[in-house]
Amino acid sequence: MSTALTERQNPSSAPAGTISRKLTERVFRIRESGIVAVLLVFVAVTASIQPRFIDQANIQFLLSNTTVYALLALGETMVVISRNVDLSVGSVLGLSAYVSTNLFGHHPGIPIPVVFLAGLGIGLACGIGNGLMVAIGRVPSLVVTLATLYIIRGIDILIVGGNEVVAQTLPNSFIDIPRANVLGVPYLAIVIAAVIGAGAYYLRSFRSGRELYAMGSNPEAARLAGVPVGKRIFTSFAISGGIAGLAGVLWAAQYQTIDSTAGTGYELTVISAVVVGGVAIFGGSGSAVGAAVGALLLSTIASALNVLGISPFWDQAIAGFLLLVAITLDRVISLKLTAALRQRSSGVGT
Amino acid sequence: MQASGNASAGDFRSAAGTGPVPTGASGTGPAPDAAPVLSLRDASKAFGAVQAVVHGSIDLYAGEVHALVGENGAGKSTLVKMLAGVHQPDSGSLLIDGRPVLLYGPADARDARIAVIYQEPTLFPDLTVAENIFMGRQPLSTARRIDRRLMRAEALALFSRLAVPLDPGRICRGLSIADQQIVEIAKALSLDARVIVMDEPTAALSATEVARLFDVVRALRGARAAVLFISHRLEEVFEICQRVTVMRDGHHVFTRELAGLTADDLVRAMVGREMVKRAAGERGTPGEPVLRVERLTREGVFTDISLEVRAGEIVALAGLVGSGRSEVARAIFGIDRYDAGTVLMRGKGLHRASPTAAMAAGIGFVPEDRRQQGLVMDMSVQQNVALASLGRLRRAGLIRAAAERAFADDWAVRLRLKYGKLTDPVYRLSGGNQQKVVLAKWLGRKPLLLIVDEPTRGIDIATKAEVHQLLVELARDGVAVLMISSELPEVLHIGDRILVMREGRLMAEFSHAEVSEEKIMAAATGQLTAAGATSAATGATSTATGATNTATGATNTGQAQ
Repeated sequence: MSTALTERQNPSSAPAGTISRKLTERVFRIRESGIVAVLLVFVAVTASIQPRFIDQANIQFLLSNTTVYALLALGETMVVISRNVDLSVGSVLGLSAYVSTNLFGHHPGIPIPVVFLAGLGIGLACGIGNGLMVAIGRVPSLVVTLATLYIIRGIDILIVGGNEVVAQTLPNSFIDIPRANVLGVPYLAIVIAAVIGAGAYYLRSFRSGRELYAMGSNPEAARLAGVPVGKRIFTSFAISGGIAGLAGVLWAAQYQTIDSTAGTGYELTVISAVVVGGVAIFGGSGSAVGAAVGALLLSTIASALNVLGISPFWDQAIAGFLLLVAITLDRVISLKLTAALRQRSSGVGT
Repeated sequence: MQASGNASAGDFRSAAGTGPVPTGASGTGPAPDAAPVLSLRDASKAFGAVQAVVHGSIDLYAGEVHALVGENGAGKSTLVKMLAGVHQPDSGSLLIDGRPVLLYGPADARDARIAVIYQEPTLFPDLTVAENIFMGRQPLSTARRIDRRLMRAEALALFSRLAVPLDPGRICRGLSIADQQIVEIAKALSLDARVIVMDEPTAALSATEVARLFDVVRALRGARAAVLFISHRLEEVFEICQRVTVMRDGHHVFTRELAGLTADDLVRAMVGREMVKRAAGERGTPGEPVLRVERLTREGVFTDISLEVRAGEIVALAGLVGSGRSEVARAIFGIDRYDAGTVLMRGKGLHRASPTAAMAAGIGFVPEDRRQQGLVMDMSVQQNVALASLGRLRRAGLIRAAAERAFADDWAVRLRLKYGKLTDPVYRLSGGNQQKVVLAKWLGRKPLLLIVDEPTRGIDIATKAEVHQLLVELARDGVAVLMISSELPEVLHIGDRILVMREGRLMAEFSHAEVSEEKIMAAATGQLTAAGATSAATGATSTATGATNTATGATNTGQAQ
């Protein structure tokens, strides 16, 4: 009662205000800190059983394995935050991987940046198609990208036929991209981390980034607030597509054998990573960093099972289980949060 | 229009007044030479065949609080949405500072410094209070990044202007309705809005919260903003507003200074029409009680609802939108849970929250929203008609198409349904005929009790009369009918008894002989108690006093059972 009074008199510097903000911030951080904790526990347990798990070679392997997923998760996060979904990323990755690296065979000596630009262009084209259909056609993104998942894969199969790009046709400097490292940390992982950091910063600190959250949180209110909803949807799909295109080239550099099955099923892994990483599946909250940690957690599990000699078939079961845990936690936290905030609202607000 | 102004307006103010009252007689109306900030002239808007606003006109001056009143469906919300840029008028013009403007979207309205606070706050639950206020207009620092500290500081400055202790850094999920409204008002302030539209801002507020809101409104007025205030609570209109515009059936009735008007004047202007009552011969004597509801309560939604519907009787449940009528109906039919009380069908208790049990006990329910809840829009006319009677049209678990067709055909003839083919999808029918399909669906089950929620909303006049006739015939055949309706003529026309709800409680009960639109509106807007309390002083509201007595009587009998 007395706190309420003092706060009313001096709202700007009331202690109750700071305390409540800390509470909110703490609850906010739970999403990301929770998953980091799970990751650390997993690594610790695995390492205590099999110390080889944290030797340099394995960590290097783990990080470079994660890069493609983490990159895809960045684009997917932007789409999911605005209450959409992009199911076509796996197919876009496959198409881009084959078409761009096939250039090495047809045009020997082609500069590597041109190949990356080709991948980016293919991805952008696919993303723009998705974006136009969702934003202008007003077709639910689930349906649009489910359709383009099959269409793009179909085009990929038509182009690839029975062929494949093999390691021999790829220049060494290209193959070395995922292997280059600084003090044992893959160079690529650093670049990708920086890109994800930039993406997270964009979502956090720019108007258009915040508008993606607003659209996911309450689409009708976003419209009433004058948010250019169609434009933002279009851009988020174009970016997600472009990122998937780039990821395709990186995937090619990593696996070096590219046939028409490249990237099959990646969309589900990426969405799992995003959700496990704390992005709400119906939009409005979550971060790109969380999604990247989600991707890291999923590949760590796969790697740990491998190191511990457990059948890799467990991998998917565990990933699915984590997904359930993440969604349950999300629900529980949001209920708890609502209750806590409501209580405060009634205590302070009147 | 009505010249019989008396002193009761003053009584309302003093009855509800908190602190100084800056209204009315002191002559604070706009100066005659001042030009209106915003002026909507002869605007009309139709949705399909429904003409929502015809010749809607309103002038708003700087420094005034202007009331907009009218019954449900009078076109107030549509008018607001035209000011907000959500709807574009079909004809007419909108002038701001005397210059015609076209608002193509909410962003245009925002740029014209028009802020709208909707009845339902439109916030982003996952974002912080500060972000909600500044979405799309966040203060920027270098490289167009959002300056969070400045945003927080500006939000705090707004809240200190409003004298409310809200934390800008908390997320909006979990805020009370009152606090959500404060956020919306802060948004309007941050826009430096010249025109602020408040669509029933007090509907969900407690008395203290209303007082706080009114302080804010007075401050806005002091800052020379024009405020358009929409409310069903007339005592609030008299407390806070200087001028009033009354709308009825989409038409502008009048705009006047509130000083010199009484609540009765406003009610009469809002209602203002004659309606032929149901002929006396059409009313039979009600039989045995079919439905009995005792002290039904759902926390925060409705409280202590006791009512009875007899065989052959049409009981109309009147009240404003949001007064809890539909919620009571949904609880009776078992769609929603309730916390206390009982529902008895022919003396036997009904299971809670089980529409199946309600149907088995002989209840039919025609919901408010026929498209979403009453029909399967993509299924054929005949499938929709047969949907609730599949049990009887089945042989060995299979639905016989021939029986279904004969069944639907029979009902189509009885209800004079207009359709192409019985196999056409139901969405091809007009609204009125769709409603007939919903009715046929339930009538096919031969219900003992039929609950209809807004049975004629959005239906043309001819079909409306047919639906009314149908309900009357049903009652004559011994069906008990509980009808929720916001259309007073309809309530007067076919209701045998009229119950009025306000804010989740039953306020009054009238027989068809004694009821009038004015009495219903008085009870529904809460004028009942205020008028009753002041009637001794003014002697002008004896009818309302009578209604109070009836209401008390009704409550007593309800509790005695």
